[in-house]
Amino acid sequence: MKLQTGTRLGLYAVLELARDPERTLTAADLAERFGVSIHHLAKVLRTLGAAGLVRGGRGAAGGYRFTGNRRRATLMDVVALFEPAPGQRAKEPGEDTEIGGALQRVLLEIDEIAEATLRSISVETMLKPRR
Amino acid sequence: MTAIRPAQASDLPGISALDARLTGFDKPDYWREMLAPDRHFLVAETGKGTLAGFIAGEVRAWEFGQPAAGWVFAIQIDPKLRQRGVGSALFEALVARFKAEGVTRVRTLVDRKDHLILSFFRAQGMVAGPSLQLDKDLA
Repeated sequence: MKLQTGTRLGLYAVLELARDPERTLTAADLAERFGVSIHHLAKVLRTLGAAGLVRGGRGAAGGYRFTGNRRRATLMDVVALFEPAPGQRAKEPGEDTEIGGALQRVLLEIDEIAEATLRSISVETMLKPRR
Repeated sequence: MTAIRPAQASDLPGISALDARLTGFDKPDYWREMLAPDRHFLVAETGKGTLAGFIAGEVRAWEFGQPAAGWVFAIQIDPKLRQRGVGSALFEALVARFKAEGVTRVRTLVDRKDHLILSFFRAQGMVAGPSLQLDKDLA
């Protein structure tokens, strides 16, 4: 499964900040930690801020901190901000044919399993040390 | 404080009622069969002796071609008593019994649309297992 770059950056930022909700990190800190573009990350942080998952970032030196609920926020909450919802995507050519319909049913099955997985993993579960 | 102990016949009405309230299906015979000696059927009760929840499971070998593993058949917690570690305590008690039987894996099946129970098992460290469940409508 491949995530769009924005989704991956969103997950990196949320999970890194949620490790210690008291701590603030700037977009530059996060960009350096994951070796990613600071401009793209800054945009992603604004989206996460609008969703209430992070707060801060006033001025160039302003840091961000995690403001979500570690036990309730799931990977899907972040993914849904950056990836088109399964029901919202544009219709592909050929979908109305018998073969196109059969293919759609398989793709829907995969989407449902992916969504169930992403929705079942909370930030808290993700940050638990592996036993 | 909740205490975990093996379920007894006298717990069945409470177990059946809690399950029926949460699932919409009354199945007292199914719960009575869980008292079979080769199964693990545990209840959690509050300090006042009321039912807080239950868990049921069994070690099964070569089920669907797989070596012995502990299977969790059911877990239910009274909604008023959730978020207090009752489910985790029941799960850990069941896992301890599975380990005592010598198995090294625990498995379950979950409705993929039931995000609450999926999240619970994920929080216990469970991940997607080696099998895919397949299904066909015969109507």
